[in-house]
Amino acid sequence: MEAESRIAIESDADVVTARQRARELAHELDLSSTDQTLLATAISEVARNITTYAQRGEVTLRIVRDGHGRAGIEVVASDEGPGIPDIERALQDGYTTGGGLGLGLPGARRLVDDFDIESAPSQGTTVTLVKWARQVPRSIRA
Amino acid sequence: MAVPILKQGQVLIASIQTALTDTDVLQLREDVMSQVTRHRSRGIIIDVTALDVMDSFVSRSLRGIAHMTRLRGAETVIVGIQPEVAFAMVQLGMQFEDVQTALDLEEGLTLLQAQLKEPLAGGG
Repeated sequence: MEAESRIAIESDADVVTARQRARELAHELDLSSTDQTLLATAISEVARNITTYAQRGEVTLRIVRDGHGRAGIEVVASDEGPGIPDIERALQDGYTTGGGLGLGLPGARRLVDDFDIESAPSQGTTVTLVKWARQVPRSIRA
Repeated sequence: MAVPILKQGQVLIASIQTALTDTDVLQLREDVMSQVTRHRSRGIIIDVTALDVMDSFVSRSLRGIAHMTRLRGAETVIVGIQPEVAFAMVQLGMQFEDVQTALDLEEGLTLLQAQLKEPLAGGG
């Protein structure tokens, strides 16, 4: 059983906590410093969406593995907020209903390896991100 | 946590020490604007060396500070963007080209000095 870390997101300080926690986990997995930064930035974007649109929600971090033993960090950012009526549009650069730049979701998608979003009006939103380690870490070799 | 702002001659130097929450960033914007007015500053340096993440909110806010101070007759230079952070900003799609940047504090001061064409540090 891999460690799982759950961070309640209710304020802008929680956004910082979530990305710092992810960076620690990424460091354990030997993710490169660049990949750690890309992941932390992506988390910042999706966690801020929670405080902006849903007020509260949570970010869950866990280590996942693919069929080849490669490890990665999965981030699930979920809320029970108003949901996204038009996901396709929300994934376009520059589209925003929150007064920002409209880079949050499309930007976060570019920063990670896997990106999935599930949302429906008044059903909340769940965004799942994965950043894979570039190589099999020492700890699980042989 | 508030960002300390030092006055050196005509220049203000805001040196970010630790990860910023959104609230901290908005506070920084207010502090810079009020100090520019109080000290009649001509240049501002914001040192982001300590930031390991510059997401769209922070980037947009810093750009906003640069635009606002320019309207008050003062040029802002952002210094110390880390290489990984620069990479992430580009991937994110941040437009930053209308903001002056420099490698570090020293380069930033040199840049401002050249633009203001007079010694800034008020020494001598």
